[in-house]
Amino acid sequence: MRMKLAAALLLTPFWGAQAASGDVHEQTLSNGLKVLVKEDHRSPVAVSQVWYKVGSSYEPQGITGISHMLEHMMFKGTQAFPAGEFSRIIAENGGQENAFTGDDYTAYFQTVEKSRLEICFKLEADRMRNLDLRADELTKELQVVTEERRMRTDDQPHAKLLEQFNAVAFVNSPYRNPVIGWPNDIANYTVADLQAWYQKWYAPNNATLVVVGDVSADAVFELAKRYFGVLPSGEITPLKPALEAPQSGVKKVTVKAPAKLPSVLLGYKTPVLKTAESEKEAYALEVLAALLDGGESARLPARLVRGREIAVSVGAGYDLSSRLSSVLTLDATPAQGRNVYELEQALKEQVDLLRDELVGDEELQRIKAQVLAKDIYQKDSNFYQAMELGMLETVGLGWRKADEYVDRIHRVTPEQVRDAARKYLREDNLTVAYLDPQPITEAPKPAKFTGGHHAF
Amino acid sequence: MRFSFLAMLALLVCQQASAAARIEHWLAASGARVYFVNTPALPMLDVRVVFDAGSARDGDQYGLAALTMALFGDSSGPWTADQVAEQFEAVGAVFGNGVSEDMAWLSLRSLNENALFDKAFATFKQVVAHPAFAAADFQREKNLMLASLQQRQETPGAVASEAYRKALYRDHPYGHLSEGRPETVAALELPQLQDFYRRFYTTANAIVVIVGDADRRRAERIADDLLADLPRGEKAPELPEVVLPVASSESHVDFPSSQTHVLSGMPGVARKEADYFPLYVGNHILGGGNLVSRLFNEVREKRGLAYSASSQFNPMYRPGPFTMGLQTRNDQTKQAVEVMNSTLRDFIASGPSDAELQAAKRNITGGFAMRVDTNGKLLEYATMIGFYQQPLDYLDTFSAKVEAVSAAEIGDAFRRRVKPELFQTVTVGGG
Repeated sequence: MRMKLAAALLLTPFWGAQAASGDVHEQTLSNGLKVLVKEDHRSPVAVSQVWYKVGSSYEPQGITGISHMLEHMMFKGTQAFPAGEFSRIIAENGGQENAFTGDDYTAYFQTVEKSRLEICFKLEADRMRNLDLRADELTKELQVVTEERRMRTDDQPHAKLLEQFNAVAFVNSPYRNPVIGWPNDIANYTVADLQAWYQKWYAPNNATLVVVGDVSADAVFELAKRYFGVLPSGEITPLKPALEAPQSGVKKVTVKAPAKLPSVLLGYKTPVLKTAESEKEAYALEVLAALLDGGESARLPARLVRGREIAVSVGAGYDLSSRLSSVLTLDATPAQGRNVYELEQALKEQVDLLRDELVGDEELQRIKAQVLAKDIYQKDSNFYQAMELGMLETVGLGWRKADEYVDRIHRVTPEQVRDAARKYLREDNLTVAYLDPQPITEAPKPAKFTGGHHAF
Repeated sequence: MRFSFLAMLALLVCQQASAAARIEHWLAASGARVYFVNTPALPMLDVRVVFDAGSARDGDQYGLAALTMALFGDSSGPWTADQVAEQFEAVGAVFGNGVSEDMAWLSLRSLNENALFDKAFATFKQVVAHPAFAAADFQREKNLMLASLQQRQETPGAVASEAYRKALYRDHPYGHLSEGRPETVAALELPQLQDFYRRFYTTANAIVVIVGDADRRRAERIADDLLADLPRGEKAPELPEVVLPVASSESHVDFPSSQTHVLSGMPGVARKEADYFPLYVGNHILGGGNLVSRLFNEVREKRGLAYSASSQFNPMYRPGPFTMGLQTRNDQTKQAVEVMNSTLRDFIASGPSDAELQAAKRNITGGFAMRVDTNGKLLEYATMIGFYQQPLDYLDTFSAKVEAVSAAEIGDAFRRRVKPELFQTVTVGGG
C-alpha cells in the first residue's frame, strides 16, 4: 500500500511536464500538403518523412500489394533524376533513407545532417508528381519483391500463420490481405496498374510532410513552400468505408508449415480509436493488452511462462491507431509436453478473469508508470517522434492524439477495462489459428553449385 | 572574409556538437573502468555493466554464458522473479541483458528523478550482485532456451548462421553461436553456471557505462555502488588467436524453403587492428552502404536476384567474421553466387574508383552526426570504446580517420585480409 501511494505521488509532477513539452508546428500549403515540424535541438540532425494516405487497406482484390510495389518503384527515377540518382545523392549527402508500407500508409524518409534538408525536399517533391515508371525496371523489381515475399513470409512459419489468420478473421475488411500482396497478384502487376495507382494517390493534398530535428519551423515551412508548394493538387476520390461484416461465431484455421514448435494465435474483433463508440473503449483495450503483455511483470509472462510454466513464449497485441476496426491478439507457444489446445484454454482463462474481476490498483498503476516512462524514452529518437506524428495524421486521427495519449491512459479505470473485455472479448468475436509443424529434415551434403574446392 | 568567418563559426558549432558527446573515464572504487556521457536534454539515465563473460568463455559447454545470463532478472537477493519484474516496472524502468561472443551485459534504463531512479537502481543492484541461481529458475530458463534453439531451426537463415560460424572458426571459441546447441544446453547443470558466475562476474572483469542526465559525482556514486558487492576476482584470460582456414569450402544443407540463404566469407578483422578503417570504408563501397553499394547494385538493382545482398565486417576482440550474404529463389542460387563472387573479385583486383571512394567518405562523414544523436547510440559507442579499450577520442577522430583512407590502402588491406581462396561458403535451402 505504501509503495503504490509513493509511486502515484512521484509520478504526478511528470504529467504536467509531458503535456507542455514538444510543440508541433503545423501549416497546410495552398496545394493541400500538410507540413508538421517538431524542433528537437539535441543533435545537429533532422529526419524528413513524407507520408501518403495509401496502403494495402486501400487496395481492391486482384492488385493486393500494389502500394508496396509502388513504394519500391519510387526509387526507380524521374526524368530529372533517373534510376539510382535519388539514393546516390542522398548517400553523398551523408543521408540514410528508406521507405515502408503498412495497411494504412506508405512513407518515405531520410535522416540527414540538418543543413542537408533542402536536398531531401528537392528529391521528394520531384518524385511526388514526376515518377517515370518503366517496364524494364518493373520487370526486375517484381523479382525483388517476390524474393522479399519469400524471405519475409513464405519461409517463415509464424508470418504464414499470421497471414492466414488475417485472411480468415476478416471477411470483407481489407485487413484480410497481406501488405506485401498475394503471390498471384504480385506476379501480374503491369506498368499501367502502377501508373494508375500513382496518379490516384500521390499528390500533395494526399500527403503529410513531417520534419523533426535541429531545425526552425519557419525555415522548414519556407523550404517546403519552395519545393512542394509548386506541385499541383490531385483529385482524390474518397475511399468506400469497407466496414467489416459482423462476425457471428468462432472461426478456426490450421496452418501447416515446416517448423519445430506449434503455436496458437487468438484474435478478438475490436474497435480502434477511430471506430470505437467512445474513445475510452480504445484506451481501455490498450491498457487491457498491457495488463496481459506489457513487460515481464504482466499477466501472461508471469502466469503462463513463469507460474504454471506451460508456455515458452506469449504475447498480446492491440493497435489502437489503425484506420479501420481490427483485432486484439493473444498468442502462445506451448512448453514441452503441452499442446496448443491447453494454451488456447489458458489464454481464454486470462480473458475470463479480465471479464469477471476488476484489475487491482497496484497492477494498473504499474501499467501507467510504464506508459509514462516510455513516453519520455521515446523522445530519445527523432525518427520515432516523426513516425508517431505522421502515422496519426495519415490514418485520420490527427497528430494531436500523440499529446493526449499519456493522459488518456492515465484516466482509464478498472471498470472501463472490465467493460471493454465483456463487450469485445467474446467467443463469437474470436478467430483461432493453429500452427501445425511439418517435419524439417536438415540434410547436410556437398554443395552442388560449384565443381571444385575453390569457389572462385 | 565573410566566408572564412562563417566557416569558423561552423567549426565552432561542430566542436560544440562533439563536445556534447564527451566520454569521461575513471576507475571505480572497485578498480573497474567507468565510461560516462552526460546528456542533459532528457530526464532519463542508462546504466550498463559489461563483463568479459561472453560465449567465447563457454569452453565446450556451448550456451553456458547465455544460460548463466538468463538467470539474471530472476530471483535475486530477497526477491522472486515476479517481484524483480514488478519493482522495475512499477517505476517505469526497463531492465535488459544479453550476451555476445565477447560480452555479457546487464542494463537499466530509468527516469532520472531521484526517487524513481533510486528504487529502480536498488533492484538493479540486487539483480547484478545477488542472483539467487534458484533451481526452479534454472530449470525453467533451460527449457526456454531449448525451445528457442528448436525454433532457430525453423528458418533457413538461422540454420545458415550456425553452420557458417562453425565453418569459419571450427573449434575456436567464436566457432559456435552464443545460444549454444540443443545437446550442449541440455547437458548444462546449475553448479556449472554458478562456477561460471563466480569466475567471470567480478569487478576485475567488468566495465560500467553510464549515459544520461546526471552529473559526474552522481555517476561516480552509481558506479561505485553498483559494484560494491561484487568480488574483485581476476581478469579473464586472453582469448586464443584465430587460426585462418587453410582452404575454401562449400557446404549445403537441404531445407524445405523456397529460397536458398547464402553466407560466404572468412575471419576478418579485430576491433583494435589498424586495418579496420580501410576495411570499413572499402566494405561500405563493396556491400555495406545503405541502398548504394556494388553488391546491392549487381545482385538486386541490375538483376533482381535478391531482396538483400550485402557484406560486412563484424570486428570483435579477435578477428570477427567478414561475411557476404544474400537469399534467392532456389533455382537461381548458382547465378546469384557467381554474381556475388565476381563482384568481390573485381573489387579486390582493382579496388574502388576515386569517385566511389569520395562518395563513400561523404556518406560516412556527412552522416556522422546521426551516429551519436541518441542516448541509446551513445551507450553503444561508449560500451564498444570501453570494452575494447579504444581511445576516448574515438568519436572525435572518427571522421578524420575515414577521410585519411586512400584507395591504395583499401586495395592493400583487402588483398591481405579478404582471400576468396580461403572462403567458407554455406548454403541452406531447397531445390
